[in-house]
Amino acid sequence: MTLSTATETATGSPVRLSGLRRTYGAVTALDGLDLEIAPGELVSLLGPSGCGKTTALRIVAGLEHADSGAVLVDGKEITRVPANKRGMSMVFQSYSLFPNLTAGENVAFGLRLRGVSPAARRKRAAELLELVALDNHANRYAHELSGGQQQRVALARALAIEPRVLLLDEPLSALDAKVRVQLRDEIRGLQRRLGITTLCVTHDQEEALSMSDRVAVMNAGRLEQCASPDVVYTRPATAFVAAFVGAMNRVEGAVGPAGDVVEIAGQRLRLARPIGNTPGALVTALIRPESVRLTPAVDGTAKVLRSSFRGPVTRVTVLLGDGTELDSDLPSSAAVDLRPGELAEVGFVDEPVMTV
Amino acid sequence: MSLVADPVRVASGPRRRHRRGGRVLGWAVLLVAALYFLVPVAASVEFSLRGKGDTHDLSTWSALFEQPGFAENMPTSLELAVGTVLITLLLMVPTTAWVHLRLPRLRRLVESICVLPLVIPAVVLANGVLVAFKGFPNWITGTPVILALEYVVLALPFTFRTLDSGLAAIPLTTLVEAARNLGASWPHVLLRVVVPNLRTAILNAAILSAAMVLGEFTIANLLLLNTLPVWTVQAGQQDAQVATAASMLILLVSWALLMLMSVFGQRGARRTRRSR
Repeated sequence: MTLSTATETATGSPVRLSGLRRTYGAVTALDGLDLEIAPGELVSLLGPSGCGKTTALRIVAGLEHADSGAVLVDGKEITRVPANKRGMSMVFQSYSLFPNLTAGENVAFGLRLRGVSPAARRKRAAELLELVALDNHANRYAHELSGGQQQRVALARALAIEPRVLLLDEPLSALDAKVRVQLRDEIRGLQRRLGITTLCVTHDQEEALSMSDRVAVMNAGRLEQCASPDVVYTRPATAFVAAFVGAMNRVEGAVGPAGDVVEIAGQRLRLARPIGNTPGALVTALIRPESVRLTPAVDGTAKVLRSSFRGPVTRVTVLLGDGTELDSDLPSSAAVDLRPGELAEVGFVDEPVMTV
Repeated sequence: MSLVADPVRVASGPRRRHRRGGRVLGWAVLLVAALYFLVPVAASVEFSLRGKGDTHDLSTWSALFEQPGFAENMPTSLELAVGTVLITLLLMVPTTAWVHLRLPRLRRLVESICVLPLVIPAVVLANGVLVAFKGFPNWITGTPVILALEYVVLALPFTFRTLDSGLAAIPLTTLVEAARNLGASWPHVLLRVVVPNLRTAILNAAILSAAMVLGEFTIANLLLLNTLPVWTVQAGQQDAQVATAASMLILLVSWALLMLMSVFGQRGARRTRRSR
């Protein structure tokens, strides 16, 4: 039976983080983190630097200890189990291939520790290198491989031991943009195919949104929201998530008579959460640039300040009558007539908006 | 003729002359340094080969091996070198790695402690060891074993500095974390990750320690223990030629040992790479 057929039916282990807390002196890295990961699911921890995502991953790996709280895998608490007995494997940002070993030997490292015979581990290393499309590189040392190839070997090494949980610590951040996208898709494809429960740490929103089953947005050691990528993006649970994930306009507007709309640029936008009986109160609405539509108009109420070409889309910034600046992401073909100084009419996609 | 070529040629002329001048100076410095080391060695060799009259022969060298005490002290010194290297490495490789991994803030302190033997007089070290080991069994205090322990202390400065540089040159933390994550116990981490990636530093530390032991006289003499250097000094009081031949032999053995270590180290590194 080949590796792929053996593992395609494999199911990962469920993981539960319960009330994880970790402080470093006066700094609280984790402040009661709760998270559940279903078998075979890929969850990404996303958040700004210092939000505690890497600490959480390292605690799951056993490379750090929590001050309190528990890590459960398959329903069993492993909080005090040493890293080498957790049956997990990790892919590091800096590849971390053993420089004295070839790619094949690196992949076989974990198998050797488990007493697998030389012939069996050579065979398995070859299968895994084939899986990551590096079967011709088994005898090369780390310094003879590119960054992308090294990370593929690191991934094969991590998969070789058939881990209960795969941990990815910013695995793509040291790679250039093109390789990053390619490897991201490869990792996701493999993870789905092998059905390994995976916890990934990243600060790259695009990476988190594109490769995860669910995205867990963290802030100041706490979980702000954990949901599927589209829900996190379109229905952020908190103002922090709304502001952190993707770009966001923050526009001040007055609440309508029934407290369920806000008036922006002369238009009434539905509120995601009605404010109640506070007509006329000023609130800050959060509106995504792609929800703002601009139409060139000689008698328009908004003046184009600048436009920034970004390939398929162009970000156009307009100045509203009340002095507010508003960003709009338009298809580049629709933005050609919106040059700085031109006037435009502002419209909004009909969807509820959040307020802070 | 290209107009562009001229300035290039003009600029490259002085640069090439400057480079040649630097190379000549480099060779001159190397020659002076070589003479500084080789002339005394050559003079000593020549002196040890002098026969009766103006002749040169191997009579002193052949007599050396028959001198009373030589056959006992030569193996003692070699055993001391091997023992010191082994104890030093067993002690210092895990310690230095642990300091780098878990106690980086204490690195300076450990370094300061390790270089203390350089500033503590030999007589203080010798007496200190005698006081520290007072009451220990005679097989330690009355034999070269105590000398090996003393030499471990003397080797600390070279060993720590060498291993410290070697560890600083590799991404130790992530390599160790990767190994732990893949299931390696701490002894496995040490033997399969730290040692193979520290091979050159370990070899250098071993070479320096062995060379130090083979030439050390003061402490062995203060502790009233016989080693080859002590015997050489004693022999020199009766026959300067024998003492010179013995000194040259120590030098040759040191060099041979260093060459052997170097060859074995390289072979070992290749074998390690092949077998994994």
